[in-house]
Amino acid sequence: MVISKANLSPRSNIITKPLWQAWWTLLMFGFMYLPIAVLAFYSFNESAISAQWTGFSFKWYSRFFNDERILQSLSDSLKVALGSVTIAAFLGTLMAVGLARYRFWGRDVYQNAVYLPLIIPDISIAVATLVFLAAMTVPLSLGTIITSHVVFCLAYVALAVSTRINSLDSHLEEAAQDLGATPFESFRLVLLPQLYPAIISGCLLAFVCSMDDFLIASFTAGGGINTLPMEIYSRIRTNLTPDLNALSVVLIVASGLVVLLAEFIRRQSQAKRSRV
Amino acid sequence: MASSPVSNSSQSWFQRLEPFLMLVPAGLWLFLLLILPTLLIFQLSLVPGIRPGDLVNPSSLENYFKIFEPSVLWVILRSIGLSLLTTLFCLILGFPVAYWIALLAPERWQNLLLLGFVLPLWTSSLLRTYAWISILRPTGVLNTILTTLHLPTLDVMNQLPAVLIGMTYSLLPYMVLILYSSLEKLDRRLLEAAADLGAPPKDVFMNVTVPQALPGIAAGVLLVLINAIGDFINPELLGGPSSMTAARLLYRKFLGASPDWGMGSALSALLIMLVTLAIVCLVKYGDKNARSI
Repeated sequence: MVISKANLSPRSNIITKPLWQAWWTLLMFGFMYLPIAVLAFYSFNESAISAQWTGFSFKWYSRFFNDERILQSLSDSLKVALGSVTIAAFLGTLMAVGLARYRFWGRDVYQNAVYLPLIIPDISIAVATLVFLAAMTVPLSLGTIITSHVVFCLAYVALAVSTRINSLDSHLEEAAQDLGATPFESFRLVLLPQLYPAIISGCLLAFVCSMDDFLIASFTAGGGINTLPMEIYSRIRTNLTPDLNALSVVLIVASGLVVLLAEFIRRQSQAKRSRV
Repeated sequence: MASSPVSNSSQSWFQRLEPFLMLVPAGLWLFLLLILPTLLIFQLSLVPGIRPGDLVNPSSLENYFKIFEPSVLWVILRSIGLSLLTTLFCLILGFPVAYWIALLAPERWQNLLLLGFVLPLWTSSLLRTYAWISILRPTGVLNTILTTLHLPTLDVMNQLPAVLIGMTYSLLPYMVLILYSSLEKLDRRLLEAAADLGAPPKDVFMNVTVPQALPGIAAGVLLVLINAIGDFINPELLGGPSSMTAARLLYRKFLGASPDWGMGSALSALLIMLVTLAIVCLVKYGDKNARSI
C-alpha cells in the first residue's frame, strides 16, 4: 500500500466511457462483505436455525460472554499471541538491524530463510515442527505453540523493520558515532526511535496472524491447551453452534480495529517523515 | 549502513560481540524450528514407518511410491486443479477491481478503498469459512433467497464448487493487493500517448496496460497459487469426503485415526516441492518479461 502520489496527469483522458469496472468493484465489495454481513445478521437474530429474520435479540452476545470454554480459549490465544509477538519483536528487530549493518558469508541465505514461513504452506511447517518436537522428545505445551509461532512472527517483524531501515538516512547514525556515541548508543538513541512505527505495525500484523492460526497451534498444543481457532474449529466440526455468530462479530470488530490502528500508525509515521 | 570498521583499543568485547548478539538468537531460532524440522521431514519421507524410531527398513522411496498410487495421485491432482482454478478466478475477479482502484477511482479514496477491500483478510479465516457454510448449506441464506424467488435451490455444500468459492473468497484480497501495487506504478503517459495516437481503448489495454502489469500479474498469481496449494481450512470445512486435497490428507496422516508419518512426510515434502516449482516457474517467467521490456 503505497501512499505517495505525484505527477499524475488528469485521468479523464484515458477513459470516457461509462465505467463497468466501478460497478464490478462495487459487486466485489459486496462479495467480500457478504459473509461478514451474514454473520452479523445471525448474531442479532432471535432464532439461530432459521435463515429468516425472527426478531432482534442480544441473547447470543450474553451467551458468548458467559461461555467459559470460549473465554478460556481466548485467554490461551492471547497468551500465545502476546508471548510470541514479544519474543519476535526483540529478535526480529535485532536481526533486521544486524542484516542491514553487517556483510558476512551466508547473509543472503539467512535473509531468505527469514521469509520462508511466508512461502512454505502452514501445514508443512506444522507437521515439521511436530516431528521435530517428537524427535527431541519435547513435551507439548503452551510454550511449544509460542515457540513455533515466533517463527512466522519473526518474518512479519523483519519484513516491516527491514523495509523501514532501507528508507532511513544512515548518515544520522554515522554522525552520532562520529560525535562519540558507541554503536550500541547510536542504535538505542538514534536508530531505534525511528524504527518504532515499523516494529509496532509488524507486531500488530504478527499478532493478528498468531490469533488466527489454527494449523500450527493444533499440531504443537499440549493436552488441555485450546486456542481460540482450535475451539472454533471443533465447534464448526461438531455442530453449527449459534454462539459462533456473536463471537465472529466481536472478533471481526476487534481485528478490524487492530488493522486500522496499524494503518493509522503507519500513516502517522509517513506524515512525520514527509514533514522532515 | 556500515559500522565504522576502525577497530580501536577502546572497543570493548561487547562491541565486538555485537554482530553475534544481533544475528545469532533469531538465526538459531529459525534454524532449530524451521530449517532443521523441514530437513527432518525430508529425511523422514525416505524412512517407511509410522513414527520416528520404529523404522524397520533402511531408507527407501517406498513412501513416495505410496503417493503415486492412483487414489492418492487423484487427491494431489485435485489439489493442483483446485489451486489453478482458484488462481484463475482470483485473477478474473480481481483485475478489474485493482484496475479501477489504481487508475480510475478518485485519488484521495484509493488507499481507503484498498484498505477496505483487504480488511476482511484480517478477520478470523475460520469464521469467514463458517459464514460461507451458513450461506451455502441446504437451508442456508442462498437457498432461502432462491426459494423466496421461486427458483430451484442449489446443492453446492460439501462439493467442489463450495470449496472453490471459499478459496477464491479467501485469496481474492491478496490478488487485488498485488495487482494494485503493480497497476499503480503504471506509466500513465504511455496510455495517453497510445490513446492520442488513435489506438482504441481495447488495444491500449491489451498492448500497453497488460504488458506493463505482467510482473504484477505473475506475482499475484504466485502468491495466490502457493496459498491455495497449502489451504486446509476451506477444503476441509466446505468440501465433503469427495473433495479430499493433499493438505487434508497430510493432516490425516499425522492427526487422523490411522497415522502414517512416513507417508505424511513424503506428502509434505511434495507440497514444498510444488510450491518451490511454482516459485521457480513464475520467477523465471517474470525475469524473462522484465528483460524483454
